[in-house]
Amino acid sequence: MMEYFFALYQNWFGPVWGPQLFTLVKTLLSILLITLPLMLCVAYLTLAERKIIGFMQMRIGPNRVGPGGWLQPIADALKLMFKEIIIPSGANKFLFLLAPVLVLAPALAAWAVMPFTPELVLANVDAGLLYIMAITSMGVYGVVIAGWASNSKYAFLGSLRSAAQIVSYEIAMGFALVGVLMAAQSLNLVDIVRGQAGGLLHWYVLPLFPLFLVYLISGVAETNRAPFDVAEGESEIVAGFHVEYSGMAFAVFFLAEYANMILVATLTVVMFLGGWQSPLPPAWLPDNAVLQTVLGGGFHWLFFKVLCVLFLFLWFRATFPRYRYDQIMRLGWKVFIPITLVWIVVIGAVMQTRYAYLVH
Amino acid sequence: MNFETFVFYLFSAILLFAAVRVITARNPVHSALFLVLAFFTAAGLWLLLEAEFLAITLVLVYVGAVMVLFLFVVMMLDINLDRLREGFWDYLPLAAIVAVLMMLEMGVVLGGKYFGLTQMPTPVTHGPEYSNTKELGRLLYTEYVYPFEIAAVILLVAIVAAIALTLRRRKNAKSQDPAQQVRVRRQDRVRLVSMPAEKSTDAAAEE
Repeated sequence: MMEYFFALYQNWFGPVWGPQLFTLVKTLLSILLITLPLMLCVAYLTLAERKIIGFMQMRIGPNRVGPGGWLQPIADALKLMFKEIIIPSGANKFLFLLAPVLVLAPALAAWAVMPFTPELVLANVDAGLLYIMAITSMGVYGVVIAGWASNSKYAFLGSLRSAAQIVSYEIAMGFALVGVLMAAQSLNLVDIVRGQAGGLLHWYVLPLFPLFLVYLISGVAETNRAPFDVAEGESEIVAGFHVEYSGMAFAVFFLAEYANMILVATLTVVMFLGGWQSPLPPAWLPDNAVLQTVLGGGFHWLFFKVLCVLFLFLWFRATFPRYRYDQIMRLGWKVFIPITLVWIVVIGAVMQTRYAYLVH
Repeated sequence: MNFETFVFYLFSAILLFAAVRVITARNPVHSALFLVLAFFTAAGLWLLLEAEFLAITLVLVYVGAVMVLFLFVVMMLDINLDRLREGFWDYLPLAAIVAVLMMLEMGVVLGGKYFGLTQMPTPVTHGPEYSNTKELGRLLYTEYVYPFEIAAVILLVAIVAAIALTLRRRKNAKSQDPAQQVRVRRQDRVRLVSMPAEKSTDAAAEE
């Protein structure tokens, strides 16, 4: 199939431009194949959030648009698209409109190295883990610029809080990932998942449990979700950095927040919960071919695990009251970073003994 | 002109433009953002040199952390541009001398003798198996392990010194000790006093 198209391009555009154009078109199509389902997932994550939190608070949640409320995200999107985008007077117009793009772009760009199955990965780069850390660290610019360009006190205060919080928790997250790369001895995400092959007992969540907790909680803080959502803090600074945004410009921030949630959930699964691997050891799989595809590793396992982690995020939001700002900073700097540092040393020490197999 | 050359010139053009705008932009926040663009483009150029570790670290450290703090500070300052530009003509001669000297020094170092095309061979291109990260790690932790460790210790001292210099404890600062808060018991905070109920019914009767 691919060879056929490759030959077609070579015939049409010649041997010099043919292969390059072929790569370009193929990459663009794969990017679409990743982003479009992702956007759909984002839309239905908002519905899931409202339904699940409604269930936890003994309400029904959205149930008017479509059967059982299933068309609610579409209706929301339509409404936001037709609303006017108001640009505040005195705002820096270019940066004001650039900010939502800068928030969403890293959240999507990070998916380039995400391994869905051993073969299904857009760019199987060697420094995948570093790439993810670098790209996700860019997301803070959108928040900072949005707050500054809005020319509003509330937005500015919100963006300062948020930027300080994101930068602080990034350090803990980075250190947690150092533990993963020590265990996997690779920066390549496909290799990291391969290193967790062989059932539940080989997942990195067991030897790296403290790092897993730190990563998960820092992930919630990174995405500015409850209980760390002081950036929005509707009770004190109305809605934080995006208070001046309306219509689709606001919707892009919203999309970015949920895309980031899915990204952090997927990363947690890839780093600690075995990615596409099945929790069953290969020896336990039955002889049946159908059961082997279902119970063996595959994309459906990744999907299922990501859904579980996302459910956890929604559960957090329905359960915990918002942290006070100084407590957030204390948790990040004085609790999480020391935990990760100690555990990195522990792993390094264990790797030098004959119990190294426990870590790998 | 092959594709790599095209990308190189494109990135160089963006880098130079951004670098010039850093010093010519009127608004300091714009300057800081152009500096971010310059770092990012420089990272792209390093990727072309197959130095992916350095490129990604540049983005991670400078774009992701240092420049955010920079932007933070610049945004909070109330900078009066006219006041900043006041002494421009007074300082110009001195600045021009410094700039010309620097240009000359750079010309001496970079010109022909040490850095010409004959002195510096074209970098070897590596196959897909080559990992810049592994190579750097191997060099740092074997050949250059002592300089590396010394640099690390110096950095640690710098961190400790920076904190020690800026750490001031105010006497009336209100900070909480979470451990103490958790350890608190009911007896420490609340005392239940049993009081006899008052028996005055006169007030009600008067009304």
